[in-house]
Amino acid sequence: MSMSKGGMPIPGDYFTMGNFACVEGAILAGCRLYAGYPITPSSEIFERASVRFPQVGGNAIEMEDELGSMAALVGGSFAGAKVMTATSGPGFSLMMENIGLAYMMEAPCVLVNVQRAGPSTGVPTLVGQGDMMQAKWGSHGDLETIAYSPSSVQEFFDLTIQAFNSAEKFRTPVFVMADQVVGMMWEKLHIPPAEEIEVVDRQVMEPASKLDKEHPLFDYARDFLPMPIAGMGSRVNVDSLTHDSRGYPSTDHDVSEILNRHLMGKIKNHEKEIWRWEESNLDDAEVAVVSYGSAARSALAAVKNARAKGIKAGLLRLITPWPFPDEIVEKLSRKVSGLVVAEVNYGQMIHPVRENSRCPVVGANWAPGALIEPRAIVDAMQAVVAE
Amino acid sequence: MISPQVKTGGPVVKVQHHVNDEVIRPERLPNIWCPGCGIGIVVGAYVRAIQKSPIARDRQISISGIGCTGRVSGYLNLDSYHTTHGRAIAFATGMAVARPELEITVIAGDGDLGVIGGNHLIHAARRNVDLNVIMVNNFNYGMTGGQHGGTTPLGAKTHTSPYGNVETPFNIPYLVAAAGASFVARWTAMHVRQVTAAISRMMEVKGFAFMEVLSPCPPTFGEFNGYPDPLDMMNYFKDKAVVDNNADLSGIGVTTHPEDSVVVGNFVDRKRPSYQELLGDLRARVSAQGGAKK
Amino acid sequence: MKFEARITGLGGQGAITAGHVFGTAAALHEGKEVVVTEGYSPYVTGGWSRADVVISDEPIDYPLVSKLDALVTMYQEGLDINLKMVKPSGIIIAEQRLVDLSRVVGDKRVFAIPAASVAESLGKKVLMNIIMLGSMVALASPHTLEPLKKAVTERFPKAAELNVKALEAGVALASQAKQGGIEKLV
Repeated sequence: MSMSKGGMPIPGDYFTMGNFACVEGAILAGCRLYAGYPITPSSEIFERASVRFPQVGGNAIEMEDELGSMAALVGGSFAGAKVMTATSGPGFSLMMENIGLAYMMEAPCVLVNVQRAGPSTGVPTLVGQGDMMQAKWGSHGDLETIAYSPSSVQEFFDLTIQAFNSAEKFRTPVFVMADQVVGMMWEKLHIPPAEEIEVVDRQVMEPASKLDKEHPLFDYARDFLPMPIAGMGSRVNVDSLTHDSRGYPSTDHDVSEILNRHLMGKIKNHEKEIWRWEESNLDDAEVAVVSYGSAARSALAAVKNARAKGIKAGLLRLITPWPFPDEIVEKLSRKVSGLVVAEVNYGQMIHPVRENSRCPVVGANWAPGALIEPRAIVDAMQAVVAE
Repeated sequence: MISPQVKTGGPVVKVQHHVNDEVIRPERLPNIWCPGCGIGIVVGAYVRAIQKSPIARDRQISISGIGCTGRVSGYLNLDSYHTTHGRAIAFATGMAVARPELEITVIAGDGDLGVIGGNHLIHAARRNVDLNVIMVNNFNYGMTGGQHGGTTPLGAKTHTSPYGNVETPFNIPYLVAAAGASFVARWTAMHVRQVTAAISRMMEVKGFAFMEVLSPCPPTFGEFNGYPDPLDMMNYFKDKAVVDNNADLSGIGVTTHPEDSVVVGNFVDRKRPSYQELLGDLRARVSAQGGAKK
Repeated sequence: MKFEARITGLGGQGAITAGHVFGTAAALHEGKEVVVTEGYSPYVTGGWSRADVVISDEPIDYPLVSKLDALVTMYQEGLDINLKMVKPSGIIIAEQRLVDLSRVVGDKRVFAIPAASVAESLGKKVLMNIIMLGSMVALASPHTLEPLKKAVTERFPKAAELNVKALEAGVALASQAKQGGIEKLV
């Protein structure tokens, strides 16, 4: 059944692929420019965007590489469009340069990473979660990051919309850290009526003629600043270099400190409203699994299996790996006797979990291009209980 | 040769207002460029072309990359963007697609557009994205202190080619014309009027409009390659530039050898549908078919 | 109740399409929880492909198949590789012409379905996957045919009748296979 009949997504229930759900979510969030470069296992997103965006008055353009597609997103964002791309590991690496540009210029944009297996070109068709740290630390300099991690087709749709809303509100690049399992799986998708979907639009800067000349153009004491949009007469210099409250490059230490604190602070100061997580069976849990994305589904199965064996297990699913919900993990770690971090990598989100925990933490890690199996997580729970 | 220490007689008159003030940001002056640099001449030409252009000032957009020429945007009282090294054209492409009514001009250096961003250059020319792209070619990486790049003449000395450059440089107009640009020109910083006129034409052209402007770089390139003083290379351009709009582009590589001529001109000016036009047609077609794939 | 199936074939046989149709029927027309995942050989053309279907009354946590209630295969290696994944109580539905069943002689779980030749007799070779699906539903799954008929009609609006016929043919072949009368058909 067509989700659109060649126009806006039609509310209803569908059985569809995660990568397709992502595109329909993006359209409902108002995205009208996709700039991409095909890469497995994210290509269905680009392909569907190529069909769907022109149908709703938008453009899906193919750039010559991921460096270019990320740069085009920042340019498109400053033209006033809501913009997105989708990629996987190797492409994510190439995008790091202009992710930094988007962060520095405060350009809202959404990047979907359908993670695949292994370093370098790895195993293109198989699942991995090895880009979680790269999402936070991949681009040089200190960046605060907002990242969502969907565990189902429905959540891929929902979190794509949420990612656009956060990008617009915080004027920053936002990641949807999906993975091959979630991207390629088919499940039920409920598309709600448009009026039930919250859509956040950016604040736009006034034309120069209306701006108060005495007032700093960019008042970095404020977290949320209106965005100058090209062609609207704001006549602003937008700079990749460290810049002052007029947007001009500067090597002054104070200018640098003010800008960096602003860029980090606008996310850090509001992290509690960004954090999203889901708790399962935690009320009486003695051991808990921390997981995210498709691995969290294995973790939930593991929790049920462990309970059947008499282990009081629970699950904390991180819907926002970044900013890391440190207080939530810290509180949980005081309640349980051990934590297991289950990931399809060799130990990434275990680091912030361990940093914030007051109990033993062990990893359940398996990343040969397959989803970690529940029994490996149960084994890790037994190990941490024994510790 | 003019000595920088030369003193003029009479009282110092401070200009209160300059005709270019409304297009540049006077509060940002003086600029960072070295004496003898050609970038300021290109900026002046761009400013005059903007003043002559019927296009609303608010729609004129300046985008640059990194390095000496990368700083151009910051001096212009336009919506201006100083982006990352090599990515100015890709950035501009996203902006141009999202808002086709903008008149976007990318001004950047040879290393920026032709080397690290070379892929974006040829593909934007191939797509014929409706942009104006001005490459200020000073034959080396200036801001980082003078290293060789993809436009450095064979044999030229730089800090990373101390024994002479062993790489053959790109013949940039030939490359961009072959890639499919609607408009291709080359002038030098000596040809102020021609540069200005070419920019005006580039603003009219639908499609990828490209100009290479050869520029002196006395302290880094000139110093080691026989053009140490600010006017040396300007004199070379004056003596050896040959205007030939119909030149065979395959033979117009620049050597900077004092005996070799420099071919300049408006080489290509042809009609090809622009990327934005084709995307607009695509959307109209899809919309006319009610979203059906045909 | 949880039901796990793998439908596998070579490129162009429509294994994944069959998985999507099956999943759509259960998810949208029976109100079940369903996950379908896909797998491919690294070759775009001609390699193997598979759809794994998990159907449950409860929300599905681990989304992949682990022990199969049904394996449907339309090529030899699909049987060889996946046989060990089939539960003792599960069934194997193999295309009779494309899969040599001599190595599983005596395995009461195996049913040979002449879907290729029946598809040819219906006038379209591409119906093989839908015939196999009809047989699987009749032999193995707790699901009825009506939701599947709806799903194929939606998926192939221009060839709905033919696809419904293919499903029914699959059901008929299944009942003959159950009675051990399969040989007579071909």
